[in-house]
Amino acid sequence: MNERILEKLRAQLPAAVVGHEEFRGDFSVFIRKQDIVAVSKFLKDDPDLAFTMAIDVTAVDYYLPADRFEVVYHLYSLKNKKYLRLRVKVDEQDAEIPSVTGVWSSANWHERETYDMFGITFTGHPDLRRFYMPEEFEYFPLRKDFPLMGIPDSIPLPRR
Amino acid sequence: MAARLMDEQRKSQILTALENQDTTITFDALENDMVINMGPQHPATHGVLRLLVRLDGETVVAAVPELGYLHRGYEKIAENGTYHEFIPHTDRLDYLSPISNNVAYVLAIEKLCGMDVPRRAQFIRVMVSEMSRIASHLVALGSMAMDVGALTVLLWTFREREKIVDIYDVLCGARFTTSYARIGGLQQDWTPQCTEMLEKFLSEFAGNVRDVERLLTTNKIFIDRCENVGRLSADDLISMGVTGPLLRAAGIPRDLRRDVPYLVYPELDFEVITLQEGDALARFYVRLAEMKESAKILRQVIDKLPSGPFRTDQPKKVLPTKEGTYTKMEELIHDFMLINIGIDPPVGQVYHAVESSKGELGFYVVSDGTGQPWRLKIRSPSTCNLSALGAMLKGAMISDIVAIIGSVDPVMGEADK
Repeated sequence: MNERILEKLRAQLPAAVVGHEEFRGDFSVFIRKQDIVAVSKFLKDDPDLAFTMAIDVTAVDYYLPADRFEVVYHLYSLKNKKYLRLRVKVDEQDAEIPSVTGVWSSANWHERETYDMFGITFTGHPDLRRFYMPEEFEYFPLRKDFPLMGIPDSIPLPRR
Repeated sequence: MAARLMDEQRKSQILTALENQDTTITFDALENDMVINMGPQHPATHGVLRLLVRLDGETVVAAVPELGYLHRGYEKIAENGTYHEFIPHTDRLDYLSPISNNVAYVLAIEKLCGMDVPRRAQFIRVMVSEMSRIASHLVALGSMAMDVGALTVLLWTFREREKIVDIYDVLCGARFTTSYARIGGLQQDWTPQCTEMLEKFLSEFAGNVRDVERLLTTNKIFIDRCENVGRLSADDLISMGVTGPLLRAAGIPRDLRRDVPYLVYPELDFEVITLQEGDALARFYVRLAEMKESAKILRQVIDKLPSGPFRTDQPKKVLPTKEGTYTKMEELIHDFMLINIGIDPPVGQVYHAVESSKGELGFYVVSDGTGQPWRLKIRSPSTCNLSALGAMLKGAMISDIVAIIGSVDPVMGEADK
């Protein structure tokens, strides 16, 4: 199954697949940033693979000088009862990635949450605003340089 | 802004009529949209869920759920503690079924470590997960019925749930904040007393759930309030990432216990309940039937429960017993290392999901090989189910809002993390 996904992806979008990894039965495919929407569309619409559900979209802050973030998509195929993980490297200087909300509408809230927590902008998202934090909050809490105790006065108290 | 403009127009209309002493003026009070704020402190929103609702008369034109009023930053807390230290926090996610969250979390860590767990522990985990599914569905049914005006059911379901909570109390010493599962096993062994209590509960449960069923399924008010309400097609639900009883009530037999098996579920005989209607009433029926299936699973597990250890023997990852820590040098050292530095997982990342009472509860763990997770993402079913709430509410009546929220059964501790 994993080989079939890779083969089909390589045949359809040869430049999109950067690499792949398997760990404890979880299959990850590394995707080039600009191809994520095309890859998502293909994986969803292909009748054999049929990854019709985007279970989760999130990010990981690896705190590296280059390619600091990785946006992670967990897909599920109802037909094959199979999970697939897509991983896309995103640099801090250019923390933008095309939104896949047009492919799976469940990505809407997941991408908002990722933006809220990591400050990664999803271009083309219909409603990209803060998800958990207040709208006037300036920081991104799940970045590794955000302290656990928070930043004093980052959420101003209402004045009397 | 538009609403204010409209108000001014209306005011000036009234004003000119007053000035001209024109008493024939009429206007439709419902012609304008009204935006109301439902929650975060509203008794029918099941916690601190805030809904912004645009109304045309009594019809909902649009609704947007706003989250974050119970956001405690658990993913950040997880990154700053050891793997063991996060177990108590999982109780506070879905606080209606804490014990199955514990199990879901440790299963993810065990998958990361590639650890095998003794069969007895696996059976006990299935047992507590199904108990918590019954407890959670009981609250869901009771509060849904209460939202549409049937108060008696809540009292009856809470009485049943109380018995399950009492078993938790005997099993692990806590009624709600259980923290029962441990990496590689369990905190304590299942005791004959628990079996006795569970058997007593099961013997009474069938009759009691039949009472609840008879009270509601023949109740015209309840049926009328829930039928054809909050209906979404299966394709919409799939696209919106909705899982659990909501998806099964729309005809998609997705149950991770069957589709992506974990623990000893393949050895157990149970049905995946599906209905076709996809409305609030169908969700009610799915939950009702799932409770009976869970009771069926519990009976099988009681019969099959093997004897043996309830923890794996892997001292670098699994906490030693208390007696061992107090009396043996090795165990004391391991306990000290596990508490202060943590387990030694391999570098890698895993995603593991279980079928919790609300839907797919998944943990995505990124390990850098140290005792603390580099990243822990909680895929909470309540968040994803709530994301479909706006679509469900569109076109509904204002009195249907509470019935629909009740049928979605969100738990804000999990939705807000």
